[in-house]
Amino acid sequence: MSRIREAFQNGKAFIPFLTCGDPDLETTERAVRLAEKNGADLVELGIPFSDPTAEGPVIQEASLRALKSGTTTDKIFAMVRSLRKDVKIPFVFMTYANVVYSYGADRFFSLCRETEVDGLILPDLPYEEKGEFEAIAEQYDVDLISMIAPTSEDRIARIANEAKGFIYLVSSLGVTGERTKITTDIGSIVRVIRENTDIPCAVGFGISTPEAAAEMAALSDGAIVGSAIVKLFAKYKENAPEKAGELIRQMKNACVGGA
Amino acid sequence: MTERPGRFGEHGGQYIPETLMNAVIELEKAYHKWKEDPGFVQELDALFRDYAGRPSLLTFAGKMTRELGGAKIYLKREDLNHTGSHKINNVLGQALLAKKMGKTRLIAETGAGQHGVATATAAALLDMQCVVFMGQEDMERQALNVYRMRLLGAEVVPVKTGTGTLKDAVSEAMREWTSRIDDTHYCLGSVMGPHPFPTIVRDFQAVIGREIRAQLLEKEGRLPDAVMACVGGGSNAIGSFYEFIQDQEVRLIGCEAAGRGIDTFETAATINTGRMGIFHGMKSYFCQDEYGQIAPVYSISAGLDYPGIGPEHAYLHDIGRAEYVPVTDEEAVEAFEYLAKTEGIICAIESAHAVAKARELAPTMRPDQIIVITISGRGDKDCAAIARYRGEDIHE
Repeated sequence: MSRIREAFQNGKAFIPFLTCGDPDLETTERAVRLAEKNGADLVELGIPFSDPTAEGPVIQEASLRALKSGTTTDKIFAMVRSLRKDVKIPFVFMTYANVVYSYGADRFFSLCRETEVDGLILPDLPYEEKGEFEAIAEQYDVDLISMIAPTSEDRIARIANEAKGFIYLVSSLGVTGERTKITTDIGSIVRVIRENTDIPCAVGFGISTPEAAAEMAALSDGAIVGSAIVKLFAKYKENAPEKAGELIRQMKNACVGGA
Repeated sequence: MTERPGRFGEHGGQYIPETLMNAVIELEKAYHKWKEDPGFVQELDALFRDYAGRPSLLTFAGKMTRELGGAKIYLKREDLNHTGSHKINNVLGQALLAKKMGKTRLIAETGAGQHGVATATAAALLDMQCVVFMGQEDMERQALNVYRMRLLGAEVVPVKTGTGTLKDAVSEAMREWTSRIDDTHYCLGSVMGPHPFPTIVRDFQAVIGREIRAQLLEKEGRLPDAVMACVGGGSNAIGSFYEFIQDQEVRLIGCEAAGRGIDTFETAATINTGRMGIFHGMKSYFCQDEYGQIAPVYSISAGLDYPGIGPEHAYLHDIGRAEYVPVTDEEAVEAFEYLAKTEGIICAIESAHAVAKARELAPTMRPDQIIVITISGRGDKDCAAIARYRGEDIHE
């Protein structure tokens, strides 16, 4: 069983997102360890991109802070290597196509395998364009994660059929960021997904409270939370990992309780 | 010209969030349906003729030709279009298409403000809502155009993220489209972004080159030896070039904004300093660092101040069909002043980049040869900035 699949074996999964290098990589490294300790089943590691078109203001600003502090793809791989000495939960990178393309997809995925990064999410790489990256990802046993959106409609079956690792179900229209209410009919999208694949499906975008996480996890296999966690790093900086750990613990408990 | 729809050689594609995929697929279908529809074609032709003022003139630049002492120079006068630039061609096409698709709201990005003004104009005319995203920095550089857009009934949203220029305005317009698709069409202003935009925008701008051919055949009985245009994203350039791509004897020359020079970091010359990448929905050439972070580009011209170039230009460069040459701020400003004094035409600082290169090229050519320079827009909007460049502070 792949490590990503295992992450969905402890009840409903909780997946936090962290922007690597905000405020610096030492803090990110500590935050990942505390995330594991507090029950995170998988961690999404954001490689900052200068112009993240799918992100709302919170993650945009975190990305710029990270780049300003000198974060690079190479330094992030070094951090992951150090984390892998003791951290066992799966890691999935989230970044933009140009970061991987410019690094060289072959070099990027081979380092993913070497440092045991299990998957990659590229929000600007839809089904139609995934071919050139997927071929290389498969060669190195890295799962290229597919996204499904409220507007996917007739595309859901096709995407689900070929999905790897887990499916990232985008909860609502728009960019990442907290929302007071999610109005999409998640349940009916999940039904179509389940008719087409048995890989797990986690919901992300706009989930800001343990209650919302529980609600989304109940409808799927897990919840993904980014902005609500990243916001703590803007506020508490080097002291954020403890605060993030506490929020992750609450979120995970809510997800499991709501299962 | 393409391997498959939406690709120009290796370039192009649809690198956008899943949320937008059905929107661009719907747009492509609608475009294919309506572009062949006789009623649509007639309606657009009428708007071009009776509203935008097409065909635009092809003016013989007699004094410039004599002074430079080489090729004959003609100016394709997109500056004479309603709203003062070539942007109106694309906008009328897209707004009409959006209307047919049942959309009631247009969003757009703008750099210098010309595309924003054109979109606000079309929205007013066709009774649609309009929201324009514009970099904070550009709103300061182009205050007059901000006022014009508001006067036309558009909402202008300042974009403060990143460098506060055109690329950030594009990112923000894409984000807005992701959050509101049902009633909204993203009226992209250049031959860039995800398929089908580079093709749609090119087709609506191709009227420039078709007119050049017809007008020059009438005046000279022959095709030009060179067609020159400025290139940021590249819409006026592709509009000028497209008609001549099959005519191998016609040189196609795109003039990029080199800013303070291609050997400095303060440049926006994508072909000359960038490399292959994936950004804003397309694979093409981009100014970027070794890790693929998009570079903060610079040019005196807000309209050319963009770190990428349309995928079809990237392809024409790859196959050697078009040439892309850098022009510095200084050369462009000199050409801006030169054209004003010589021909009595105050052109946009963007277009002045093409004029600058033509001044170099013309004397190396024979008097029986012909250059056409596309004057993509008028320069009223630039007067304050050029005065400032020359150390003079004027108030509009």
